[in-house]
Amino acid sequence: MHQPETNGNGTFNGAASGATKLAPANVATRCEKCRKMLFTRDLEKTQKICPECGYHFRLTAEERVESLVDDYGAFQWMDDDLRSADPLHFSSRNVAYAEKLDEARAKTGISESVIAGMGAIGTHRVSLAVMDFRFIGGSMGTVAGERLTRAIERGAEGRCPVIIFSASGGARMQESLFSLFQMAKTSAALTRLRTVQQPFISVLTDPTTGGVTASYAMLGDVIIAEPGALIGFAGPIVIEQSIHQKLPPDTDTSEFALAHGMIDMIVDRRSMKVTLTHLLKLYAGKR
Amino acid sequence: MSYDLDFEKPLAEIDRRIGGLRKRGDKARPEEVAALERELAGATADVYGRLTPWQRVQVARHKDRPYTSDYIRFLFPDFFEMRGDRRFGDDRAIIGGMATFAGRTVMVIGHQKGRDTKERMECNFGMAHPEGYRKALRLMQHAERFGFPVLTFIDTPGAFLNLAAEERGIAEAIAENLQVMAVLGVPIISTIIGEGGSGGALGIGVGDRILMLENSVYTVASPEAAASILWKSNDYAPQAAEAMKITAADLLELRLIDRIIREPLGGAHRDHRATAEALGAALSEELAQLVALPSGVLLDHRYSRLRAIGAPASVAV
Ligand SMILES: [Zn+2]
Repeated sequence: MHQPETNGNGTFNGAASGATKLAPANVATRCEKCRKMLFTRDLEKTQKICPECGYHFRLTAEERVESLVDDYGAFQWMDDDLRSADPLHFSSRNVAYAEKLDEARAKTGISESVIAGMGAIGTHRVSLAVMDFRFIGGSMGTVAGERLTRAIERGAEGRCPVIIFSASGGARMQESLFSLFQMAKTSAALTRLRTVQQPFISVLTDPTTGGVTASYAMLGDVIIAEPGALIGFAGPIVIEQSIHQKLPPDTDTSEFALAHGMIDMIVDRRSMKVTLTHLLKLYAGKR
Repeated sequence: MSYDLDFEKPLAEIDRRIGGLRKRGDKARPEEVAALERELAGATADVYGRLTPWQRVQVARHKDRPYTSDYIRFLFPDFFEMRGDRRFGDDRAIIGGMATFAGRTVMVIGHQKGRDTKERMECNFGMAHPEGYRKALRLMQHAERFGFPVLTFIDTPGAFLNLAAEERGIAEAIAENLQVMAVLGVPIISTIIGEGGSGGALGIGVGDRILMLENSVYTVASPEAAASILWKSNDYAPQAAEAMKITAADLLELRLIDRIIREPLGGAHRDHRATAEALGAALSEELAQLVALPSGVLLDHRYSRLRAIGAPASVAV
């Protein structure tokens, strides 16, 4: 089964790769927002939130699961055996997609951009799936789509809430239309959850864009975002490049999404588990 | 009809010679003209018989290609247009309404790119705002209420990407359609008539049957965008178009679509009426099969096909 690699410890080399990989050697980390140098071990204590400015560094999927569930050791990992069948035998610039997948697995220690399983949050049994932006930009291909769909189905069949933490640049181009159709597949699966009166809680973390927002992520019964996350269909860079429109500075952030009625609340990571537990208790009532 | 695509140069040359002959009026020898016309037809069949994926992208985007409004004109003469999303506005990039087709009332919904400059501006080149998807949603739910099958026509570079679209929730608008279309209680047939561009296409593209015109394309990202990301330069768009398997023939082979509708010689833009007739015939056949199914069976099939897309492999761990 899944070998949870409780992240190494160390610094974030996220600036280049957009990821927050920890490497044990580095004792100091620069905050992406306030640019202050921080002790890496301090960040470990604050769930990777900058003590100076509150910036939420990206979490790995495993760090995320660990931060949420009651007993990480008892978390039942599911569907870890699924691998892309590489339906297009894709390659670009003479690099096979299959090699990119191997590389991503080696780099992240996880098997795909979504990991999922069953566990308890505040004693409530939930089906939980979490994306990891380090894995090819958190892109959704056939494996991510299947794992998310199965996570939703586990909620529908086992009659428990489904919680998905998104972090994705969108569809995985190397699986082309197969990826695009995962948007339809995951959205369709949610209709099954609706018929058994179980909630889908969608949590958007930095960044959640593209096809993921245009499918299940925006279909939460409750939608929560971490503060300061990039959230949007296109994202400001694409908009500015494609139509040369000058955008207000907070465009496509969590705060923008809240102001425009797209999400229910912004929750600091340190309060995430308490908030989810509160919600799960509400949904468990009157049944 | 001009031959203005790059790979049509040999055709343009023959066409020019025919024009030259005809200009001589009475002095033109009819057998010479006829011979050149045969040569043009042969050369056209040859060129169009071997289009690369990137060349098909050019045909799919051809300025004279038939649009949704053209198919409405030919196939749905009593079309009653319904406008507005009842929330914010009326998006001209997606048009829709009721019409009689094959002896029953159907709901027609499609992207509209616009023919001339003025219409293109109005239609935003077929790139819809959230209002377009929400109008489509309203029309689909209306169709469900009255038991009208839904026919959608897809032809968009993608959903519009600007501040207004983000502010009004373009992602949510598309997502909602995906979910509603998955369980809409009437048959849905989606046809890619030109460009099937990403989520903006899929937003009206979930159905019981997915058809594609022969020279249409359907892709997760434009070849240019994919090239700039995966090949680090737009110049590799032809390679991206090839690698991403975006043509009707490839997608049929991958079983992601159900049927290809043949286009007239030289592409749909050479004969709108013939293209519409072929499309109409295909739609009426598919529709006849779908309306015969009990609603429960229809929805089970639709769900199963969505559920089965891109089944991953399993490995020992
Ligand atoms: Zn900071």
